Formats: sequence, C-alpha cells, structure tokens
Amino acid sequence: MNHNVELKDTQREIYFFRLRLFLSMGFVGLLLLILLLRFFYLQVMRSDYYETMAESNRIYVVPIVPNRGIITDRYGQVLARNFAGYTLEVTPEKIADMELEIAEIGKLVEIKPKDLRRFKKLMAERRSLQTLPIRTRLTDAEVARFAAQRYRFPGVEIKARLFREYPLTDVTSHLLGYIGRINQQEIDVLDKAGLAENYDGSDYIGKTGIEQSYEKEMHGQTGFEQVEVDAGGRAVRMVSRTSPQSGKNLTLTLDAKLQQVAVQAFGNFRGALVAIDPSNGEVLAYVSKPGYDPNLFIDGIDSESWDALNNSPEVPLNNRALRGQYPMGSTIKPFMALAAQHYNVRSPTYSINDPGYFTLPGSSHQYRDWKKDGHGRVDLFKSIVVSCDTYYYGLATEMGIDRMHDYLDLFGFGKKTGIDMEGEVSGLLPSTEWKAKRYKQIWYPGDTVSAGIGQGYHLVTPLQLAFATATLANDGVAYRPHLVKEIQHAANEPQPAPQPLFDLHIPPEHLALVKSAMVAVTQPGGTAVGASMGAPYSIAGKTGTAQVVAIKQGEKYDANKLSEFNRDHAWFIAFAPADKPRIALVVLAENGGHGGSTAAPIARKVLDYYLLGKMPPPLPAGAAKAATQGD
Amino acid sequence: MNYRRLQQRFMLHLDPVLLAGLCGFMLLSLTMLYSASDGNWARVLGQFSNFVVGFAALWIVANMPLHWLMRIAVPMYVVGVLLLIAVALFGEISHGARRWLNLGVATVQPSELMKVAVPLMMAWYFEKNEATLKFKNYFIATVLFLVPVGLIMRQPDLGTSILIGASGFYVLFLAGLSWRIIIGAGLAALVSAPFLWNALHDYQRHRILMLFDPSQDALGKGYHTIQGMIAVGSGGILGKGYLNGTQTHLDFLPERTTDFIFAVWSEEFGFIGNLLLLGLYVFVIGRGFIITANASTYFTRLMAGSITLTFFTYTFVNMGMVSGILPVVGVPLPLVSYGGTAILTLMLGFGVLMSIHTHQRLVKT
Repeated sequence: MNHNVELKDTQREIYFFRLRLFLSMGFVGLLLLILLLRFFYLQVMRSDYYETMAESNRIYVVPIVPNRGIITDRYGQVLARNFAGYTLEVTPEKIADMELEIAEIGKLVEIKPKDLRRFKKLMAERRSLQTLPIRTRLTDAEVARFAAQRYRFPGVEIKARLFREYPLTDVTSHLLGYIGRINQQEIDVLDKAGLAENYDGSDYIGKTGIEQSYEKEMHGQTGFEQVEVDAGGRAVRMVSRTSPQSGKNLTLTLDAKLQQVAVQAFGNFRGALVAIDPSNGEVLAYVSKPGYDPNLFIDGIDSESWDALNNSPEVPLNNRALRGQYPMGSTIKPFMALAAQHYNVRSPTYSINDPGYFTLPGSSHQYRDWKKDGHGRVDLFKSIVVSCDTYYYGLATEMGIDRMHDYLDLFGFGKKTGIDMEGEVSGLLPSTEWKAKRYKQIWYPGDTVSAGIGQGYHLVTPLQLAFATATLANDGVAYRPHLVKEIQHAANEPQPAPQPLFDLHIPPEHLALVKSAMVAVTQPGGTAVGASMGAPYSIAGKTGTAQVVAIKQGEKYDANKLSEFNRDHAWFIAFAPADKPRIALVVLAENGGHGGSTAAPIARKVLDYYLLGKMPPPLPAGAAKAATQGD
Repeated sequence: MNYRRLQQRFMLHLDPVLLAGLCGFMLLSLTMLYSASDGNWARVLGQFSNFVVGFAALWIVANMPLHWLMRIAVPMYVVGVLLLIAVALFGEISHGARRWLNLGVATVQPSELMKVAVPLMMAWYFEKNEATLKFKNYFIATVLFLVPVGLIMRQPDLGTSILIGASGFYVLFLAGLSWRIIIGAGLAALVSAPFLWNALHDYQRHRILMLFDPSQDALGKGYHTIQGMIAVGSGGILGKGYLNGTQTHLDFLPERTTDFIFAVWSEEFGFIGNLLLLGLYVFVIGRGFIITANASTYFTRLMAGSITLTFFTYTFVNMGMVSGILPVVGVPLPLVSYGGTAILTLMLGFGVLMSIHTHQRLVKT
C-alpha cells in the first residue's frame, strides 16, 4: 500500500513534469518561429533594402574639385592663377578644447596672431562639419614636422590644395574681385539654382568682380570618385571615377600694361578710369583707386585688416568705376551740343554774348559762369572749347528738362550699361516725371539751369560716362562694354563678334562740329591745353568739374579753404586719335579740382602708352599741375 | 587494458549524440571566427584551445557521479554569492561596470560561476524538500536565485542577470510552481514595470529604447543594432559567400567575433545558412529535452531541464538582439562567439547533462 502510493505519486510527478516540459518545448518552438519569421522578413522580404544600405555603407562618393579657370589679359599675361600648396585644416567638431589644440599645434607649426584672428572669424561663420584652415601655405619643413606628429591630432589634417593668387594685387583688385570661402547664404543660392552638388568639396566661390560674374564658367564640373571605405572612413580601394572638368580660362579685353600705366598715372589721387575700344566695346583699362590686395580675402581676411579697409576714409573697397555716382559736370556739354542740334534749339552759327552770368527772366538770381568776366561772344563750337557755362544755362532752359532727359537717355545715362560685372548701379537722369515721383515736387526752372552744366540731380558712374564717350567717338554706334574677350572654347567653336547695341544715326555734320570742338579743347585756347601738347596724334576731350559742396551765392570757390574730401572732383573724357578713335576713356580724379589740370594728364599718359607704346616717365612731384586754364 | 577497452572506458559517460552536436559547433565556431577576425589565426587557435579546455571540463563533469554534483551544490552557491558581494565591495571597474574580482593570482568574474551554481543550488533544494513541497519552499527557491540576480544586475550586467534569472525561473517552473503564482507574478511584473524602469541605468534604458527605434541614434547607441540588421538583411537568401561579407570585412559590424558573430554568419550564408544554424541548435536542444524527459530523479530532471532551456535562451536572446527584435544586452552566441569563460560554463552544463544521462543509464542496467 505504502509502496503503491509512493509509486503512484512518482508517476503522477513524472506526468506533471513532462507536461511542464512539453509546455517548455512549445515555448521554445514559438520563439524559434519568431526568429524564423524575423529572418524571413530581413533576408527575404527586405533584403533589397538592406543590400542598398550595405552598399551605401561601404561606397563613399568623394568629390574631386575641378581646377578653377585662369584669367589672363588680352595678350596672355596671367592676372589670376592657381598654385599648389599645403594647408593645415581643423574639423572643429572633432576637437574638445580648441585653445589647447591650437597651442599644441603651435609648437610644431608657426601660427601667427593674424592666422588666429582669421581662424576665429572663420569659426564664427562656418558650416557644420566643414574643415577650416588654421594655417595656409605651409613650408615643406612644417609639413614634415606635423606629419610626424599627426597621430596626436585627430581632427587636424594637412591638405594639398590649389590656391588662387592675383599677381597684380591692387592694380586689378576691383576688376577681378576675389574668391573666398563659401558662406551659408551662397549655399542657399546654389541650392536653389540646383548647383549645390557641383560644389561638393568646393571651398571657394567668386565673391566680387570677374570672379563673381564668371563663377559658372570658371568653377568647372566637379568630378567624383567612388571608393570603398571601412567603418573608420578610410578608403580601401577605388570603385569608379568620373574626372572633373577644369573651369574655363578667361581672356579679358584688358591690357594689363595699360592698366598698370593707368594706376600709376593716378599717383596719389583717388578715382576711377575706364578705357574702352569704341569700335567693339572692349574694356581696355578698368581702374578704381585706391585698390586693395584681393589675396587677403581668399582664405578669410583677418579682422584687423578688414577693419582697416572697411573704415578707411578713402573707401578702398568701393568699386568706383561701377558703383560710384557723381555729377558729370561739364562733360555733359558735348552731349548737350548734340541735343541742341538734334532738337534744332541752337544752330551752329547762333552765338550769345556771355557777361559771365545767366539770369532767368523775372529773377535777379545770377547763375555764374566759371569765368567771372565771361567768355565774350560764344557760339556752339566755342561753348565746348572754353566750356562756357552761360551758353548751356540758356540752352538747357530753352530745351527743357524732359527733352534733355530723352536725348541723354539715348546715350545710356540713367541706365545700367549691362557690363559683365555684378553690382552695377544706374546713376540718375532726372526729368519732371522723376522729380514728381521721387520728391512729389514740381520741376523748377532753376533746376534746369544747373542741369545744363551737369550739376544738380544728374548722377553718372564713370563706366556710364565711358560708354557714352565711346558711343560718341564711334559716331553713335554703341557696343556694350565688356571685360571678357574670350571664354576658353574648342578650336572649331565659332565665337560671335560683338554686335552693335544700337545706332543713334547722328547726322555727320552734328558729330563733326562736336568732335572738332573737343579736339580744340586739348589745344591752345581749350580747357585742357596741356593734354595734346606734343602728341603726334589728335586727342578729342572734354574737361569737367563735379561740385562736392555747394558754394554760396557771392562766394568764390577756393580749394585751399575746403577740406580735402570736399574739394571738387575732376573729370576728363577723351578719345583718340580723334579722326579714327581706337580708345575712348574717362578719368575721374576725386577731389582733384580742375579736370584740365589733374584728370587730363592722367588720360594723356594712358593714351600715349596705348597709341605709342610709350611708358610714362616716373611722376615728378608737382607734374600734375600742368599749364591749363579753367574748367 | 587493450585499446578498445580504453576507448570504452573513456567514452563511458559521454553521450555520442550530444558530443556530435558540440563538435559541430566547434567546427562552425572556428570557421566563422576565421572570417570574423579577417583571417587572424591567433583568434582561431585561441578559440580552439577554449574548446579543448571546455571539452576537458565536460569530460570530467560527465564522469562525476550525480551525488558528487549534489554535494558541491551548496558550497559552490555560497562561495559564488560571497564572491559577488566581494565584487560589489572591492571589484574592479572596467567599461563602467564592476564585474571582476582580483584575487591576486587571477581576475575572475563570479557571475559566470553563478550560471551553473544557481540552477544546481535550486535543484538541490527542491530535491531535499521533494516530499514536503509547500509554497514556502518555492518562495525560498525564488530568493535563492533573486539574490545573485540582483547583485549581478547592480554591477551592471543585464545580459548575465537575465540569463541567470531565466535559469532560476525554469527550475521553478519545472518544479511545479503553481499557475496561479506564475500568472500573479506576471501581473505583478506588469504593474511594477515602471518602477523597475526607474531602477535601470541610463545606458540600459537607452538600449531598451533603441529596440523600438534604433535609427533615432544611428551613430550612437543604435549603431550596433542598425549595422547588425544591415548585415543580416543584406545577406539575402543565399548570403554573400564565405569571407565576402562587406559589413564584416570593412569593420562596420561591431563586436563581430563575440556578441555579433551571428551577423557575420547571416551576412555570408544568408537565410539558408540561418536555417542550418537553427537546425544545429534544435538538434542540441532536442537532445537536451530527451535527456531531461528520461531523467530519473527530481534533481536531475530540474537540472537537465534548466540547462537545456537556458542554452536555448542564450541562443534566442543573441539572435534576437542581432536581428533587432531584442535590445543589445551583451549575450554571446552560445558555442560560437569567441570567449573562454562562456564556452567553459556551457561545457560544464553539457557535462552535467551527460552525467545525468549516463549515470542513471548505468543505474538502470
């Protein structure tokens, strides 16, 4: 009995145990099924997806930055070039204590306070995961020293790069502009234009000047290399490669030697000079003084140099030729003379007696001529030669501002010329409509009087005036001013010759009068008598003076009483040879006083070099004060 | 003794079926380690010697009579718990966890010892009280495994504590723990989950969170899981071929000779390979179940059942974490991952299984 119970208990026990064991097996089976389903899901249903993931894990696309196009002048002199060099670059994300890291790096590679300041500026405006140069242009010794210690600096690397260099520095600064590190704003623009991919790996973009306006052509097509990488990002082998296409080289219309002559000719004057070939619109010289060293900007300018440039009273960063707006002064007179004949307001034979001032009917206010006692009997020809203000006061009054506006508009005043550089401003060509809109005021007769001699509301840029002068020189057939002669192209690719922008169809006799008067300007009796002295070719020119501050009624302009920056600006427009012009130019000497004495000699040096190949002698002190008279 | 008798004597307490399965695992492990270590023979030979030591331990344990095992259960458990307390007090910290104890001559990880000691102790306890099992006994048995589990969880070592906790629970379950208590405890666990959550370390919580969405932290905590899933998934049906796994050989897989070796297998041999591997596990586990079902005493049944189920738990947790259905808790793939301690502990368990099988067979005949 006892034995039986025990036996029965054992059997029951085994039965219950095996029941539990079967339940456990079922549990095991269920979990195995879950695993199987999971494997089926990952490896059969979604294997394509995970294969793609594995591929993108191991395949890394490395952009290969194309070489930027080179810029040369019309004769092949290099103005912007690339050279290979090493930089030391830092990925800030990978560095815990930047100060300490820089101190450590500084023990191997010299880091100047200037480098440090520039680096801090870059830190403030960087993109994420971008590497920033802490030193550029390492010497071979520095590269070797750092390479040996590299393992100590994760996140710091030596990179071989092409650097941009502008060998003529400030001579071409406003023309070429510069490239600089791409900022977030530019990335957004590239993104919108769908170009972001082409800038993978690119650090630089054209910021101003030709570098900016021809960015697309000069950047080139970024190449790609597909490499297999391990988890640490190290390339194991190359899978495929698409070579980059170098950016296109640019040949400018510029004559670099002429440009240098022009810059030198300015001496210490600030201002602008634009020289154009009137027969095709090619810009031969493009000066804005003072310039700056564009090489400073490429890897980010340090704040000290930036402040110096930005706060200078001379405003070296202002591209005066393109963006400076000045009253055109007496340089308006040749154009007014054409308008007078066009509207038949003055015949060439009509003359006035100039008492030295002009009064509007019913007013005692005297509009003074620059020559106190007047020029005596003055006809249209003489009005240009002696720059008679009184003549033009009357002419403008009779013509009326709106007719003046309409005619000057034909020469492109008050409009952008459309030159191939960004940032051009349009100047200002006033009319009654404009004044009503802008100031909600009627146009007063007095406004017209001063407008007649290029003062008042009327503003031009040196480039605009150069364009108008070239159009005049080319008998009213205008070509758009342009800086790039040729973009690198295949030999068999035809290059279109520049087409005329418009033809004003000016009657030849109107032109002949104005041009001969302009020639007389540069000869004895003219306002720029020194300009053509001894020149074997004839120069047509016109002087101008742009008032910076108004002189009160009854007072006399005295340059010595005014501070330097309040003195008048000096203009000179010219073309030569007068009968068959090969060059038309504008010189603006800021606060230079009289056009004839300061601006014209600058023009003469440029013309001499361009037409005769004559290098000007080094400028002796006081030479600018050539014998000239009046405005 | 002639050769044949010597062989018989040597093989007397070994189970040839189980032994064949274990040898299969050894070959598989060495093959996979060669690939996972990028052809590093030192790793392969190291693992081979781990197996040699493991098989030696297995042979010794298999030849131990069962009452010896019962005799060492209590001292082994007590020493184990004391060592765990010592670890908590004087243990060495490595990788943010206090798991090792420096005994002067060697550094030991007492939690590994507990993988054998806990089920052994519980089985011994149930055997002792077999005639008069009451609720009280289940309660004491529960305390017996929860104490070391708690100590190990505090180290912190989530993977090991889960495995030891599971092995203890299996003993309780097989010992006949009432369903009412199992269901009640299940409900209690659900209720207390939020409190447990608060008790977890940040990195453990993070790992659990990553389970639900590993992509949220693709370069941080989720990296292991994501790369594991990519390796498994990109293997496809047939796999990329031996030594051709890109995830493996380009360093994307972390811990690929240890916890993530299953991803290497999956990537190189695909879905078909996984079926074969699961087949091998089912073979060994199945043999374990047969031995369990035929075990003659309460002690041996509980012991064999717990060892077999724990072995399966290892497998499930590892494969689950590599394929992204369980959090990454640091459990190696049993008998495949590189690691001497894990192989030794597992082989000890299989030694016990063989001893159970062969000694009672002798008793019967």
